[in-house]
Amino acid sequence: MSQTASAVHHSPKENYLNHQKTVWSWMSTVDHKRIGVMYLVTLAVMFFIGGMLALLVRLELLTPGVTIMGPDTYNQVFTMHGIVMVFLFLVPSIPAILGNFVLPMHLGAIDVAFPRLNLASYYVYLAGGALVLFGLFAGEIDTGWTFYTPYSSSASSAVLFLTSAVFVAGFSSIFTGINFIVTIHKMRAPGLTWNRLSLFTWSIYATSIVQVLATPVIGITMVLLFFEKMLHIGIFDPALGGDPVLFQHFFWFYSHPAVYIMILPAFGVVSELIAPFCRQPISGYKFVALSSVAIAFLGFLVWGHHMFVSGQSVVSSVIFSLITYFIGIPTGVKVLNWVTTMYKGSIWLKTPFLYALSFLFLFTIGGLTGIMLGVLAIDIHLHDTYFVVSHFHYVMMGGTVVAAIGGLHYWWPKITGKMYDEVSAKIACGLIFVGFNLTFFPQLILGSQGMPRRYHDYVEAFAGLHMASTIGSWVLALGLFVVLGCFVHSLRRGKPAPSNPWGAATLEWTNATSPPSPHNFVTSPIVTHGPYDFDAVEEIFSGDGASGDGSVQMDQPPSVAPSSSAS
Amino acid sequence: MEDKGATTWMPEALSTMAPEIDSLFYFVFWVSVIIFVAVMGAMAYFVIKYKRTHPNERTEHVEESKILETAWIVVPTILVMIVFTWGFQSFIKMSSAPPDSYEIVVRGSKWQWNFEYPNGAITVNELHVPVDQPIKLKMSSTDVLHSFFIPVFRVKHDVLPNRYTSVWFEATETGEYDVFCTEYCGSLHSGMLAKVFIKNQSDFNTWLDESAMGNLDEMPLPELGELLYQQQACGGCHSLDGSRVVGPSFQGLYGSNRVFEDGSSAVADDNYLRESILNPAARIVEGYINGMPPSYSGLSERELTALIAFIEAQQ
Ligand code: HEC
Ligand SMILES: [Cu+2]
Ligand SMILES: [Cu+2]
Repeated sequence: MSQTASAVHHSPKENYLNHQKTVWSWMSTVDHKRIGVMYLVTLAVMFFIGGMLALLVRLELLTPGVTIMGPDTYNQVFTMHGIVMVFLFLVPSIPAILGNFVLPMHLGAIDVAFPRLNLASYYVYLAGGALVLFGLFAGEIDTGWTFYTPYSSSASSAVLFLTSAVFVAGFSSIFTGINFIVTIHKMRAPGLTWNRLSLFTWSIYATSIVQVLATPVIGITMVLLFFEKMLHIGIFDPALGGDPVLFQHFFWFYSHPAVYIMILPAFGVVSELIAPFCRQPISGYKFVALSSVAIAFLGFLVWGHHMFVSGQSVVSSVIFSLITYFIGIPTGVKVLNWVTTMYKGSIWLKTPFLYALSFLFLFTIGGLTGIMLGVLAIDIHLHDTYFVVSHFHYVMMGGTVVAAIGGLHYWWPKITGKMYDEVSAKIACGLIFVGFNLTFFPQLILGSQGMPRRYHDYVEAFAGLHMASTIGSWVLALGLFVVLGCFVHSLRRGKPAPSNPWGAATLEWTNATSPPSPHNFVTSPIVTHGPYDFDAVEEIFSGDGASGDGSVQMDQPPSVAPSSSAS
Repeated sequence: MEDKGATTWMPEALSTMAPEIDSLFYFVFWVSVIIFVAVMGAMAYFVIKYKRTHPNERTEHVEESKILETAWIVVPTILVMIVFTWGFQSFIKMSSAPPDSYEIVVRGSKWQWNFEYPNGAITVNELHVPVDQPIKLKMSSTDVLHSFFIPVFRVKHDVLPNRYTSVWFEATETGEYDVFCTEYCGSLHSGMLAKVFIKNQSDFNTWLDESAMGNLDEMPLPELGELLYQQQACGGCHSLDGSRVVGPSFQGLYGSNRVFEDGSSAVADDNYLRESILNPAARIVEGYINGMPPSYSGLSERELTALIAFIEAQQ
């Protein structure tokens, strides 16, 4: 096949980034792509704050005793780390950034169903985020991100302020969730049946359901906390005749589903990363799609697995343990599906795919340690130790964050219109992988040996592993900074991106320029094939082999005129 | 299982339940390792085998195998059901103490553990137990949530205000081991440590007799003060030799001039000491954290006076 590729690089003069330039045009934009970019910048700042706090935590734990700060400061730092990372970064992360940018394009739509509501969500998030940060720094909160009563009610009313702030931020999730659900139902392009939805779309759909149903629960909890504080009705505080365990039920009734808010979108991203770089449809597409939705609902029935030693009844513990396994199995099967997708593929080891491999490695450890924690008798020993800390970092950071960074590399050319440097991106990916394991694997052993979490100080026997973990955190941080450097370099010096550098088959690649025009598509796409039908490349890419089916090396940008597929 | 030693993943196994839990742990562990290696191995194999060799490579359609799909739903389901049932049975055993258990009352408070034995003896941050005898701890908290964790026995349970919770264990060997608080409870959560002393039956009985409270009403005040200093674990934070621990040393404290965080100062007389013990947050000594447990208001008038007399004696 000829590859002379009439090197007419198609770089559209007007795109969503440059058609309006004022700051106000950004602040008042209702374009889902621009809103996605604004989230990207904001969330990067949040991740930076949360990450710096994490480095401080690890630095303090480098040696036993006081290393850089006393116990009170330490307690505030790990609390801030947890709250910023969970509520301000992980919960919004993938849906807000990639969901906003990619979802409407995957549907072949011009925008989300309610563009103004979408902008409102952003500002609500910003307000919530500002309130949370203010509450944290001014209120000197040291309750841990779980706010357990009665410690939190005795601590200070800053906690009340903070739960309200978290709820405000949560409202942004509810808005986004409703918006996405309606968009997926109503804005699909002609021919885009439910069977042809991308798996990213499916996972965002499942996530949105959880966001809408679960988030109000923190609102309810907050109202109850208010009643207790203002009217002295005993609800959670034993001094007033309340029940502190009740608070834990409320808290986990939101926060366990929130775990799925954080991880389901990552599943979607990983599917998008694996298919085009293996050039195979995701094996078990239907299973992967529908199990996300099933997990979203089942996720509401397992909150009690956080409370095996809390004093809840033995019978409830047994039931919660059982349902937890029912969630574990479909999740495990997804991993197997992703791996079998590689079978007889044509595997292209580009950075986004390396992140997908990294995700599979880390998330599998996260999942298996989760099974370990679900075993009742073992959880008694492991509960509230570093084993748990490590487990959820393997899932949340090794899973969600790694998938998000991988996704960011994958869609970077589309978002910015620039390529990034493969070599430094791959080095960063390697550093993150090594640093991550060095940080968190020792914590698994620490935990099963009995090291409790949220400890400012520890007994001598744990010193070696703690030191290894802290050193790992530096490697991890280095890797993340290389990612940042790589992106900044790409913005300033990056080669212009072709419209479909990965030869992917979803609409944002096949039917839109890089970066897309303000209205996404020049003509409304008509969909005639599934999102991963790589065995039908000729049909999808109009068959000249040079139009972005991945058969062209990237340094020879293919010329592609955005063609509406087969229309 | 004879081997009581620590392994890579688990600390020493010193209760009758511990070996059972460890076997379960290692079963899940090895099954996980096998699954992990298999999945990662397959992944690595595919990546190498099907690495793209030429830009024009085309892939063919792969039929999904129904057998494979059924297998990987059925096999993990069977595995987790085994693990669930096993974990469930051990859990039930761990949740029900044998009826002939020896009962010790545990009170958690910021940031110390009190243990009260059937004969009235009280220890702080030291749990003494006889070997080869089921022990049931009946626990409650005087303030916030705590959690009582003895790694070598594999037992843990939250300790709640206004409610009793319990754990039980039967130690299988003598020795001295760590006890941790594992529910976050504020400033000195990581300092809320205790030791468990496992003794053989006769040593335990001697110890118990010696520790039984004598007639405290007749004990001279400074002596009673010294006893309380040990029992209430003041010594964990206040030394008697001038060295700095969490709090200031008691040596030379009485009558000295104290400077506080807010810049004010006062002489350490009886009333100041009384306030420092009952309401430690009122004035914080410069250079220290507000780290005194707020839970000493239960001390009787005589006990307070005794403590102050004891501090006065440390010149
Ligand atoms: C968990 C650690 C801890 C324990 C246990 C503890 N204290 Fe303290 N104590 C402190 C700290 C920290 C300070 C200094 C801050 C302050 O003034 O409250 C302090 C201050 C004091 C002071 C004032 C000292 C001064 O220099 O002015 C007295 C008196 C005192 N404690 C008595 C006691 C007695 C008696 C007990 C046992 C019944 C006890 N403490 C147990 C941590 C502790
Ligand atoms: Cu959960
Ligand atoms: Cu504690």
